Amino acid sequence: MEVNGEIYRVAGPVVTVIGIKPRMYDVVKVGHEGLMGEVIRIKGEQATVQVYEDTSGLKPGEPVMNTGLPLSVELGPGLLESIYDGIQRPLPVLQEQMGNFIQRGVTANGLDRERVWEFKPTASKGDEVKGGNILGLVQETKNIEHKIMVPPSISGTIKEIKAGSFKVDETICVLTDGTEISMMQKWPVRGPRPVAKKLMPTKPLITGQRILDGMFPIAKGGTAAIPGPFGSGKTVTQQQLAKWSDTDIVVYIGCGERGNEMADVLNEFPELEDPKTGRPLMERTVLIANTSNMPVAAREASVYTGITIAEYYRDMGYDVALMADSSSRWAEAMREISSRLEEMPGEEGYPAYLSARLSEFYERAGAVNSLAGLDGSITVIGAVSPPGGDFSEPVTQNTLRIVKVFWALDAKLSQRRHFPSINWLTSYSLYTQGLAGWYSENVGSDWTQLRDDAMDLLQQESELQEIVQLVGSDALPEDQQLTLEVARMVREYFLQQNAFHPVDTYCPFDKQYKLLKSITRYGEMATAALEAGVPMNKIITIKAKDELAKVKYEEDFDAAVDAVMKKMDDEFAQIGGN
Amino acid sequence: MTKEYKTIVEVSGPLIFLEKTEPVGYGELVQINLPDGTTKRGQVLDTSADMVVVQVFEGTVGLNEESGVVFSGETIKLPVSKDMLGRILSGAGEPLDGGPRIIPDKRVDINGASMNPYSRMPPEDFIQTGISTIDGTNTLVRGQKLPIFSGSGLPHNEIALQIARQAKVPGSDEPFAVVFAAMGITNEEAQYFMEDFEKTGALERAVVFLNLADDPAVERIVTPRMALTAAEYLAYEHDMHVLVILTDITNYCEALRQMGAAREEVPGRRGYPGYMYTDLASLYERAGVIKGIKGSVTQFSILTMPGDDITHPIPDLSGYITEGQIVVSRELHRKGIYPPINVLPSLSRLMNSGIGKGKTREDHKAVSDQMYAAYAEGRDLRGLVAIVGKEALSERDRMLLEFADLFEDRFVRQSRDEDRTIDDTLRIAWEILAELPEAQLTRIDNKYLDKYHPAHQKSE
Repeated sequence: MEVNGEIYRVAGPVVTVIGIKPRMYDVVKVGHEGLMGEVIRIKGEQATVQVYEDTSGLKPGEPVMNTGLPLSVELGPGLLESIYDGIQRPLPVLQEQMGNFIQRGVTANGLDRERVWEFKPTASKGDEVKGGNILGLVQETKNIEHKIMVPPSISGTIKEIKAGSFKVDETICVLTDGTEISMMQKWPVRGPRPVAKKLMPTKPLITGQRILDGMFPIAKGGTAAIPGPFGSGKTVTQQQLAKWSDTDIVVYIGCGERGNEMADVLNEFPELEDPKTGRPLMERTVLIANTSNMPVAAREASVYTGITIAEYYRDMGYDVALMADSSSRWAEAMREISSRLEEMPGEEGYPAYLSARLSEFYERAGAVNSLAGLDGSITVIGAVSPPGGDFSEPVTQNTLRIVKVFWALDAKLSQRRHFPSINWLTSYSLYTQGLAGWYSENVGSDWTQLRDDAMDLLQQESELQEIVQLVGSDALPEDQQLTLEVARMVREYFLQQNAFHPVDTYCPFDKQYKLLKSITRYGEMATAALEAGVPMNKIITIKAKDELAKVKYEEDFDAAVDAVMKKMDDEFAQIGGN
Repeated sequence: MTKEYKTIVEVSGPLIFLEKTEPVGYGELVQINLPDGTTKRGQVLDTSADMVVVQVFEGTVGLNEESGVVFSGETIKLPVSKDMLGRILSGAGEPLDGGPRIIPDKRVDINGASMNPYSRMPPEDFIQTGISTIDGTNTLVRGQKLPIFSGSGLPHNEIALQIARQAKVPGSDEPFAVVFAAMGITNEEAQYFMEDFEKTGALERAVVFLNLADDPAVERIVTPRMALTAAEYLAYEHDMHVLVILTDITNYCEALRQMGAAREEVPGRRGYPGYMYTDLASLYERAGVIKGIKGSVTQFSILTMPGDDITHPIPDLSGYITEGQIVVSRELHRKGIYPPINVLPSLSRLMNSGIGKGKTREDHKAVSDQMYAAYAEGRDLRGLVAIVGKEALSERDRMLLEFADLFEDRFVRQSRDEDRTIDDTLRIAWEILAELPEAQLTRIDNKYLDKYHPAHQKSE
């Protein structure tokens, strides 16, 4: 029901209106230009509205129209390959309508109303259906079959179901009570879509990044945070995950970040291939770009828009990965709006409900059994940008209380060009135990052992480094010098990975396994040689060891590593001890 | 339209409060007529049916309740035209050089609109600045925003000028312009820039906006927006490649804080307003390249870190928005090295798209990474040497230690008018890397070692 009122006061993105009979979070159209906004506070006659567009020039007395509906996204075929702003307006459409710069007051449908989709029904007349049940299929992109579902609130008996070509808003199914169902449904973004049951995550998300898969894995349906100061590689890590994760769908939210970076993503994704299917990555991706100079209220909404789209695909039984870069910008948007509302601030000026909002958001992740009875998952990976790289600030701390994986980026590492600059001592993953079974079945029975040994080695290295800082490395006993050398190999050969190298950018699990095993093998042989009395300078100058550094860049990795390891065996045989 | 209101009820710092006006638009430009005949300008900050709050640019000295207020009915606009080139304007866009007023080609809202990310072209044209620490290890590309993080007393102005003088895209002669915006810098500093511009003839292709230290702080908030509006006009309507130099962002942020305090806002970190990130983003993000348009806006801002502290909110928030930073180091400056750029905390995020085969050279990235890794280790070892002495180091460590010195002396150090080509820069890089054993060069593919390592060159 639409109600009209007028503007009382304008102060930045916060506008006070009167006479619209609001409910909380109703979407309203403000001013002559119909700028979109959302009711965020009601006080007597007055309602406070956060406006998603620039408010310059708005005057008291201009008309306001209340749509009576909460902020919703349109869900249906055509989401994939789309590029949206924070409130699901397709950016290419905006460009068509108003050129290279985003002007105000333009509305655009989230889903293309003209495009025709081929609908193949799987349900039939007389079927009893309820919310979430699948009515039929649409081939959305080459590899993704879009399952058209009954909207969650509807149930009944099918009176008629059609097959053929339809636009998203045309009726494809009619129930006996007269309810018409189209391929498109709407869902208010601020609440989660219902599921039948939440499940425990048991499968890892394979990312092709050695330090992530190997050391600090995340499960499908898990949550991770990547906090790091600027320049430590958050965005590159997020983009690597978006590119190489073995999920069906990727939702990438550029929340309050750089325009040029988004341009890079928009440019690159259509050209990159999905390692699983060989199709362009864009065919499995939904991009939401709300750059730092776009209106702050739309930034606040962008995260919800993204996760709602992710939930919709999860309900079809797909594995979805959602990257939010950066959740700090989202928190800052909340802070900005909260301070305009003159709310009592919590820690560092953030609203007191920061923690609650963050946990509500991350709780929408998870592995589930959907209403249609299918298993799907949403993995949420949130970048956090702590001011000054200080992890004790509220957004990082509140996030860490919720997420199960912590990939701590370290400016020191990035300064020495150790990429990905994820600190192996402070990072953690709570999924390693739960995934152990999967590893011994799919990677190698000794994988968990290999991993733990490598981690142990790195831990020893950090302790030894403290001594080296005092006495120099030459003063260490030889076995400890060897420990340092093998740890350096783990760091440089295994953990370091070049995202811009055509081969090294994606490292399959069997390659990770073999690489780590080769390094461990050197350690074992070297220890044996040392115990047999071979002097350290001979062990350390083994040529094959240095060659191992570069096998990860080889196209034919297996052949290269086998050759190097053979050479290593020979060299050790020569110096004796083995 | 030109109704004058005499309904001021309160003046507080730079703000005036008026009652009983017709509806006034948010962000409208305001003229204030003082009883003594002078006029001031301001902008609407808050508007409601009962009360309008105006922020006055030139300060509120002499304002009283008798003063009249005229609302212009529009937001602040800058008259733009190609004739702006060669002109010196005030921080509010009025001519300062005694020349005529700009005859506008059009008038543009200084707040600009945000560029549709879909319309952006990823920046990828290498800009050669002639400074090795930038070209070689922190490459600047067209459309990038790369600030200099400096400290008081460091030669950031020299570096900025050297870049303005030398910056070019090798092998291209497309029209180029500089837009220079001074925010709260001293008259002396401004003179220094102006003299250099005049001496080198750069002024002819420059637009200068000056808001000096004794100009009103509030005006500082519009100065960079004026400059960027002029830059966008020249870039996107006249196909020019514009380099925007904003100095000093720190003064801008101070002005922002001053305004926030005057408005009695809830302060964020260190008293700076909570929206400072968004506000800074609205400046920095106005750089880029648009698909199908020849021109570009590249930003090179100068920011002095209070107390050399990179975690201070100003450099911190900037670093999260800009595409990297060039960090000027006091330590190197004390050693007498110019330009004292510390490459370790410096970064260019767009470097990878601007270098490599067909742009600079195929081995560029590998060489840069290798130098970073070796220099970082070498610098760490300096601390160790102070404790244990050189003798306790291993052979490998000693070499890295020497590399760090060599890197600073040969690669970083160059003279103020030395314009190195990218080939010069890479040649020097290889020369110093050649001092390390080849087995240590693990970041460099063998094929590049074969092709570029000086040892292999001689053997040919």
